[in-house]
Amino acid sequence: MALLFYPEFEVIRNENRCIACRVCERQCANEVHSHDSESGLMLSDETKCVNCQRCVSLCPTRALKIVKSDCTFRENANWQNDTIKEVYKQANSGGVLLSSMGNPKPFPVYWDKILINASQVTNPSIDPLREPMETKVFIGKKPSQIERDKDGKLQFNLSPQLELSMPVMFSAMSYGSISYNAHKSLATAARELGILYNTGEGGLHEDFYIYGENTVVQVASGRFGVHEDYLKAGAAVEIKMGQGAKPGIGGHLPGTKIVGDVSRTRMIPEGSDAISPAPHHDIYSIEDLRQLVYSLKEATEYKKPIIVKVAAVHNIAAIASGIARSGADIIAIDGFRGGTGAAPTRIRDNVGIPVELALAAVDKRLRDEGIRNNVSLVVGGSIRSASDVVKAVALGADACYIATAALLALGCHLCRACQTGKCNWGIATQKPELVKRLNPEIGKEHLVNLMNAWRHEIKELMGGMGINSIEALRGNRLMLRGIGLTDKELEILGISHAGE
Amino acid sequence: MKRVFVNEEWCLGCHLCEYNCAFANSGMTDMVKALKGKKIYPKIHVNGDDKINFAVSCRHCEDPLCVKACIAGALNIKDGRVCIDKTRCVGCYSCIMVCPYGSLSVSENGTASKCELCLENACGEPACVKGCPNRAIVYEER
Repeated sequence: MALLFYPEFEVIRNENRCIACRVCERQCANEVHSHDSESGLMLSDETKCVNCQRCVSLCPTRALKIVKSDCTFRENANWQNDTIKEVYKQANSGGVLLSSMGNPKPFPVYWDKILINASQVTNPSIDPLREPMETKVFIGKKPSQIERDKDGKLQFNLSPQLELSMPVMFSAMSYGSISYNAHKSLATAARELGILYNTGEGGLHEDFYIYGENTVVQVASGRFGVHEDYLKAGAAVEIKMGQGAKPGIGGHLPGTKIVGDVSRTRMIPEGSDAISPAPHHDIYSIEDLRQLVYSLKEATEYKKPIIVKVAAVHNIAAIASGIARSGADIIAIDGFRGGTGAAPTRIRDNVGIPVELALAAVDKRLRDEGIRNNVSLVVGGSIRSASDVVKAVALGADACYIATAALLALGCHLCRACQTGKCNWGIATQKPELVKRLNPEIGKEHLVNLMNAWRHEIKELMGGMGINSIEALRGNRLMLRGIGLTDKELEILGISHAGE
Repeated sequence: MKRVFVNEEWCLGCHLCEYNCAFANSGMTDMVKALKGKKIYPKIHVNGDDKINFAVSCRHCEDPLCVKACIAGALNIKDGRVCIDKTRCVGCYSCIMVCPYGSLSVSENGTASKCELCLENACGEPACVKGCPNRAIVYEER
């Protein structure tokens, strides 16, 4: 029985424009394009195409386009094309389906169902080009009361804080899952912007210790690359309990990516698979988590805030309440749309909840319990724009984690084929000839541009509301209205419907 | 003087510079019309293998051997740039023989050909630099 591979895309080449320069052929690591010396024409094998658009963007005569193949099976609302193809794939391979980047399914995006307020007549809006506007935030545990010594002087016994020039950080992406040049772009951009990036669970390359003040070092269940100097190198330490794209499961970086520096940085042998267990085997309760939090605080001499990162799951409010009592300084919540270098498709597409709902629920729960000041909240899992940031802050977030948007700035086209290790944009690959396609000087510039653009937009949006400091927007849900949401959704989000 | 430099660390070997060069020097306004179905004679050449690539074009030496070797007075120095007057070139290729960088080549009509930093054509700035997708070719003072 022939179970064929049905191409998802078609490569359309305008022969009138193609000059057979063969740039597409040289730039495609999937070997879609080839040159026929007899006819002088370019040929293509679309079965290999992942629609990363590398050839399209480099074609000097704009002779190429990639389109979705309209070759379909008989239409069926229940058995859709993708579903059928996945069955064929599994019938052939017997394996778990793998996918990359965030959940692409048409679940509701609550950011797009929330509208932001603006001032009219009764309170003045502010022009950020004429008046000062503060986007700086400090994240970490906040004091719950004012302390004075016996002479009545103020005491400043603050827990360690992270200072961010704007409420955004680059979220965790490990060295190994992304390339050296991608990490360098993130590190240098974070330094220039006055924000932080995150090492992910793969350790910190020795070249990047100099960016330590702008680095969050991560400790995940595999403990790859974790040692004392590593913990001390960062501005904060993050315990990764879960990831939005794959809550409840660990990670698996294939041995083919554990080469050279990646192996040294992770402190595991070359060619060995890097397997992160699903749980931390020393954490089965909040009390256990507290032990790790304090072990890390002890190791870093109580100088650095500890972040606990969890995936947004059904009982997130109760879980966050536990974490807020564990001694952690910051809780990072990763929504189900968060990206990944590889995750089982069924998990990515079906497990977890939207970060908008998780954030609203957690912020409310911590306020109700009077422990909101114990922790700062950082949310990630598809923060796509400045308006998403503003909405997240108004819902109660102290800062946002962004990763997919940052990768897009570095050239990612969301082809969702990271797991193949053949990223044509030099991001999710360790092949030297592909890694060098990302010049970190350009990467840094693009990240800095993107964040500066967002900063301007955040100021514009705040100014419109008559707010001149991001701190005054935090948890200010009166600035938000829902549109097309049910009473239950509005109740969870803690906002009124538009018109109310 | 600003010159074209190559950072081989970032050169992808895509050969776009060769096509941008050929187009810039074609005098035409449409790349397809200029290059389709034709053999190209670029003044920049990508060398290398699977691992390392780099583009080679004229270094515009301060004391250029090619100018000294030219028997017809076709090669000359203009504001620091080494330029070629193709109407004078007799096609002896002495310049190609002496250039230590391999920067000169033979043009379509048999004369020698070389990079003039796109200052003699309509481009006005080096087309190879403008079109390089990874900033592997730069135009700067060093």
